[in-house]
Amino acid sequence: MTAATVPIRRRIRPARVVNTVIALLVALAWVFPVYWMLNSSLLPNTVLTSTTPRFLPLGGSLDNFAAIFREGSFWPALGMSVAITLTTVVVCLLFAFLAALAISRFRFRGRTAFVLAVLFIQMLPAEGLFIAQYKLMGSLNLLNSVIGVSILYIAAVVPFTIWMLRGFVAGVPVDLEEAAMVDGLSRTQAFFRITFPLLAPGLVASGVYAFLQAWNEFTVALVILQAQESQTLPLWLRTFVQASATRETDWGQVMAASTLVAVPVIVFFLFVQGRLTSGLVAGSVKG
Amino acid sequence: MSVTAPDRPRQAAPASTRQPGRRKFSFGPYLLLVPAIVVLLVALGYPLVWQFVTSMQRYGLAQQFGKPPEFVGLANYVELFSDPQTWAVVGRSIAFCLVNALLTVLLGVLIALLMNAVGKVTRLILQVAMLLAWAMPVIASMTIWIWVFDWRRGIVNWALTQLGLDFTNHNWLENPLSFYFVATLVVVWMSVPFVAFSVFAGLTQISDEVMEAAALDGATASQRFFSIILPLIRPVLMIVTLLQVIWDLRVFAQIKMLQDAGAPTASTDLLGTYIYRLGVGSSDFAMASALSIFVLLLTIALSFFYVMHLMKEDQ
Repeated sequence: MTAATVPIRRRIRPARVVNTVIALLVALAWVFPVYWMLNSSLLPNTVLTSTTPRFLPLGGSLDNFAAIFREGSFWPALGMSVAITLTTVVVCLLFAFLAALAISRFRFRGRTAFVLAVLFIQMLPAEGLFIAQYKLMGSLNLLNSVIGVSILYIAAVVPFTIWMLRGFVAGVPVDLEEAAMVDGLSRTQAFFRITFPLLAPGLVASGVYAFLQAWNEFTVALVILQAQESQTLPLWLRTFVQASATRETDWGQVMAASTLVAVPVIVFFLFVQGRLTSGLVAGSVKG
Repeated sequence: MSVTAPDRPRQAAPASTRQPGRRKFSFGPYLLLVPAIVVLLVALGYPLVWQFVTSMQRYGLAQQFGKPPEFVGLANYVELFSDPQTWAVVGRSIAFCLVNALLTVLLGVLIALLMNAVGKVTRLILQVAMLLAWAMPVIASMTIWIWVFDWRRGIVNWALTQLGLDFTNHNWLENPLSFYFVATLVVVWMSVPFVAFSVFAGLTQISDEVMEAAALDGATASQRFFSIILPLIRPVLMIVTLLQVIWDLRVFAQIKMLQDAGAPTASTDLLGTYIYRLGVGSSDFAMASALSIFVLLLTIALSFFYVMHLMKEDQ
């Protein structure tokens, strides 16, 4: 009965049209909030508070962004975020790389136990530990400091980074290194001249992953960085929302602020998305 | 429950399995692990132990000011779990987690099927939209959604009012049920892309010939889905469902942000925000620790299958 539909591929079928329409509607629904952020960030508050919304940023300007830059609280928050994120990424990459080297280049007693521990630790939720971490940082006098938060971030990010890098390190054949050693290079030289360049993509991907985690983190920051002047960007953004509960907010500026926080993330995210998915689902990232 | 992924082509042998002549004991690998282990012990190990000990002590405001905590055994746990408020929070969290995970996976699969069923250009548009939503930082997303649902000027109230319903100045966050509706909408919106992409990756592994042969043999669309597609994507589906359950159990930023935007906390707290309120808000560290230990145990139990799956892939 369905034999009539043999040339399945090339004919326009009504089902296909329906699917396309649904797909476009779904895409629209998913992209709308992001579009709404950009749209609102370009419109002046007088337009946003009028009774009918404006769907296109006609007559828009970058005034909201300028106002945020002028107002000033953005800069210290950006500084905090950059300092914490940089510290986390650099230290985390170094530590994770050494550990990944150990577990993929050596067979040793306790290796499996370590890998298992890393995987479980990676699943521990910040929400189950932040009270104790708050007490720890309090007793070390590291509340509201870049170092305090960075230590917690490094510990939170290092397990998955080890897991990610392990796949890349394992992907570089030992033979290559050994061939170089036969040719007269020392072990260290062989490593830095041969293996390291091949690992660069892995290091970049893991670095971006660590960047995203540290840049977006909210829970731990909320607990450890309670002082106004030590806020990171997510905390800074939260103060706008908090204010909106009690008084009329300038949503144009808040959306401009959101855009500023989101843009670097979106750029970097698109860069590592593929690896991240396969890493989470398959548990290994083959470079 | 089998969590292997036979449908995915994998490179057979990781290089680490064949290593000539490195059998003798050396300190090398252990030295390489030291930095990572130290930072994990300081930032996670010590807090874990502290939390475990504190959960069995009386530890409140008085102890903050130097009074030594006394050991009370499991008394905190008994007190915690005889409090109906705790059960309300636990119940709400589990319900929220299951509803969100289920909706996310369901929608994710449908959208993955959609990606597979449309032409190249439409698929690209859909994927870009999904990627943008996925890439948004949680706090930025929350800010947008709070603006979208803002009671004074939000677009949702405007649109519903245009449709003839009176939603002028309707506050969505005031009532717990509509609070959770908004929270679910947001969480599902941000989580679906991951599921959709993962499942779509699984779908692309199914060969066209099999599907066409099934179609020629007269299998209906739903027969094709349940007898061919579903068994083949089952491994991926189980992993993403598990991850989704674990992630949705620990929603904190989303709930906290919505509460900050003007919702009553007591009736909208989930596990994360409740621990925060106990610990940071009321300085009741013993109770907060006891509840944290409960959350950790729950997560570890849930993570068990996931970790076993990852280990298997590693072999």
